[in-house]
Amino acid sequence: MTILVIAEHDNAVLKPATRNAIAAAARIGGDIDVLVAGAACAAVAEAAARIAGVTRVRLADAAQYADHGAENLAALVVANAAAYSHILAPATAAGKNFLPRVAALLDVAQISDIVEVVSPDTFVRPIYAGNALATVQSADAVKVITVRGTAFEPAGEGAAAPIEALAGAADAGISRLVGRELTVSARPELTAARVIVSGGRALGSNENFHAVLEPLADKLGAAVGASRAAVDAGYAPNDYQVGQTGKIVAPELYIAVGISGAIQHLAGMKESKVIVAINKDPEAPIFQVADYGLVADLFDAVPALLAAID
Amino acid sequence: MKILVPVKRVVDYNVKVRVKSDGSGIDLANVKMSMNPFDEVAIEEAVRLKEAGIATEVVAVSAGLANSQETLRTALALGADRAILIETDVELQPLAVAKLLKAVCEKESPQLVIPGKQAIDDDSNQTGQMLAALLGWPQATFASKLVVNADKTAAAVTREIDGGLETIEIALPAVMTTDLRLNEPRYATLPNIMKAKKKPLETTTPAALGVDVAPRLKTLKVAEPARRSGGVKVADVAELVEKLKNEAKVI
Repeated sequence: MTILVIAEHDNAVLKPATRNAIAAAARIGGDIDVLVAGAACAAVAEAAARIAGVTRVRLADAAQYADHGAENLAALVVANAAAYSHILAPATAAGKNFLPRVAALLDVAQISDIVEVVSPDTFVRPIYAGNALATVQSADAVKVITVRGTAFEPAGEGAAAPIEALAGAADAGISRLVGRELTVSARPELTAARVIVSGGRALGSNENFHAVLEPLADKLGAAVGASRAAVDAGYAPNDYQVGQTGKIVAPELYIAVGISGAIQHLAGMKESKVIVAINKDPEAPIFQVADYGLVADLFDAVPALLAAID
Repeated sequence: MKILVPVKRVVDYNVKVRVKSDGSGIDLANVKMSMNPFDEVAIEEAVRLKEAGIATEVVAVSAGLANSQETLRTALALGADRAILIETDVELQPLAVAKLLKAVCEKESPQLVIPGKQAIDDDSNQTGQMLAALLGWPQATFASKLVVNADKTAAAVTREIDGGLETIEIALPAVMTTDLRLNEPRYATLPNIMKAKKKPLETTTPAALGVDVAPRLKTLKVAEPARRSGGVKVADVAELVEKLKNEAKVI
C-alpha cells in the first residue's frame, strides 16, 4: 500500500497544511510519496523530503505547474495514480479545487475534509456544518481524500528522503492565471496560528476592526480572524473569514470579540482548545461554546484586556 | 449563450439539525427544506447575465426526490427559463450527480454551468469540479466575480483562495462554482412565483440518461460531535486574564 500526498506550496515555501496531510497518511499506514508539482520549486521538494514519514518525493518541475491550475495538476496526478492506494491533499482552497477533479477522472468518490482515520477504507468527516460526524467506508480501488489540517498534528522533521524527477504531462491550455492579490500580513497565518483574535459585526466599521483587534493580536502574537458578518460588511478581507464557508481553525486560544456565534461560524472554530467570548449580549450563542465568557462592551473590554496582559 | 444551473434541495440553513438516535443519519422529518444558499447565488448570477444580454437562456436542473420540484420552482421564480428534474430516490453522491449533469450538458450544450461551491448538508465541495473533469472543461471554483468576454469564448473569474484572491481566464464552455460574495440573491416576488408555475419543468430519470447512480461511499454511522464542556462567565477583565494565565495557561 503506497499513499500519495500532494504538497501545497507557492514554489518557494512548503505550506504547513502539507504536514498535517502527511500525518493523516501515516495514520492510514504504508509508504508515503509526496508529489511536488510546480515551477522552480526544488527548495520545496527538499523541505518535503525532510518531513518524518516521507518515503520518497516526486518532483514535477515544469512551467505548466507554476500556477497550480486544477486542470494541469489533476492530469499529472491521474497519470501517476496507478501506483497508489490512497491520494491525499490538504482540505485547503487549493486541495478542494483540484482533488475532486482527480477523483472524477479516476471514476472514484472523494472523501472530503476527514478528521479521523478509522481504518484504511473508513474515515470520519463532519457534515451539516460540523453538527454531525459521519463515518464513511469506501469500496473504491483508490481512496481520494482531503484532510482537515486541524484534526491531525503536523508531521515533524526526519531523515531526508530521496527526490525523483517526474515528467510533466502536456499543458491542457484551457485556463491561465491572470494575477493574484494576496492580503499582506505580518501576523501568523490564520490556519496555523497558536492564538486567534476574531471580530464580528459588533466592531461597527473597518477602522474599529483594525484599531481594536490588531493591538491585542500583536500583543498575543495572534492571527486576526473575522466572522462572515464582519467580512460581508467590509470590515475585514474575505480570507480572514472563519467558518463553514471560510477557514477551519483550531488554535490553542480563540478570542471571539463581538461575534454572536452563528452555526456557520462555530463550524470553523469550535475545535479550538480554549475559547473566550467577549460580547455584550448575555444570550449570544457563542457563550454556549466559550470556556470563558465576558459579558461586556468590547470597546471597553478589549483595551482593558490589552492593558491587563503584560 | 445558454447557462445551466444545478440546484439542490437541502435542510434550511437556519435549522439546527438533530442526529437520529439510532445513528443512521440526520432526522429530516418535518424539517424545513430550502434551496442550497450557494445555488441561490448561482441562479442570481445566471439571471444577471441574462438581464445583461450575455445569456439567452437559463436552465435550472436538480436531481433527487420528487419534491425537489419545489426547489426548481423557486429557481424559475427567481428568473430561470425552464427546469429539469432528474427524479430518483437513490441517495445521490457528488460523483453520481456530476455524471447526471454531464448527461444533461451533452443534451443541452450550455456554454457555462454554475453550481454552488458546496451543499450545506454533505459539505463535500466536489460536484462542480467533478463535472468539469468529466466534460474535460476548465473549472473556476469559489468565484467572487465573473466577466464574460465580448465574443463569449472565454471568461475572467476572480476566485477566493487562501491568502486573498486570484483571477484566472478560462476558455468556454466551462464550469464555475459560486462563493457567497459573488452577488446578493434577490427574493422571489409573488407575481413571479405565480408565473413560475407556468414555466416548463421536464422530468427524467438516471436510467433515461444512462447513468449508474449507485452510492460509492457507505455511511456506517452518523454521530453527534463531542459537546464542549460548559464554560464559565467571568466577572471582569482581571478575572479573565487570571483564568487564562493560571487555569487555562494559554497566555
